[in-house]
Amino acid sequence: MSADFHAQLEVLRPYLLRYAAVELRNREVAEDCVQEALVAALAAPASFEGRSNLRTWLTGILKHKIVDAIRRQSRERPVEGLEEDMGDLDALFDDTGHWADRPQPWDDPDAALHQKQFLAALEACLGGLPPRTAQVFMLREHLGLETAEICKELGLTSTNCWVLLYRARMLLRKCLEKNWFRR
Amino acid sequence: MNLSCKEASRLMSQAEDRKLSQGERVMLTAHLAVCRACRAAADQFQHLRRALRRLFDEPR
Repeated sequence: MSADFHAQLEVLRPYLLRYAAVELRNREVAEDCVQEALVAALAAPASFEGRSNLRTWLTGILKHKIVDAIRRQSRERPVEGLEEDMGDLDALFDDTGHWADRPQPWDDPDAALHQKQFLAALEACLGGLPPRTAQVFMLREHLGLETAEICKELGLTSTNCWVLLYRARMLLRKCLEKNWFRR
Repeated sequence: MNLSCKEASRLMSQAEDRKLSQGERVMLTAHLAVCRACRAAADQFQHLRRALRRLFDEPR
């Protein structure tokens, strides 16, 4: 295994760390996951051969390490039900089930996807979500897991999973509207 | 039976995660046809998914 390969992997460490930290919300656990992923990559350079993108390959390895870490965490600290107060969700509607603040179409949302400031605003909004809500949402939308897998890993019922995903989407759309689309 | 916006928004979110039943789809479609606010929110839920996938496309 070449020193060059090692150096190429090290260059990607900050990116991987950011990726893991958003998912795990715990710097120490994120660093451990990245380290495990890099060690696994170094041990198996041959499995990279024939692939075009080192970052994509490494990120794939990291995803597995993140899911392992989340599985360990939920085994060590199992949570009954939803744990968190859902008052923030109820406040979005009035007593008759109408929107308290009616959503308006966003102005050119696709253009926003190419703006670094928009992505930074999104990351800040993610950071403001309640921890468990954020974790379920990131497993679904960031790692692309199916709801059934998320329920299994976290020991949640599918109904609980759907409620947390709903809450995440509602709070994020509200946050982005406030901090980006209606600034 | 007509859905409230609160009920419709729940189904819009679940539609991103599971296959809705035919009854749910009929009720949701009927609601969205007459509710501009819920149509906007449904678009925004889908946009969130694109944005999340985009978030880590490029190292910054």
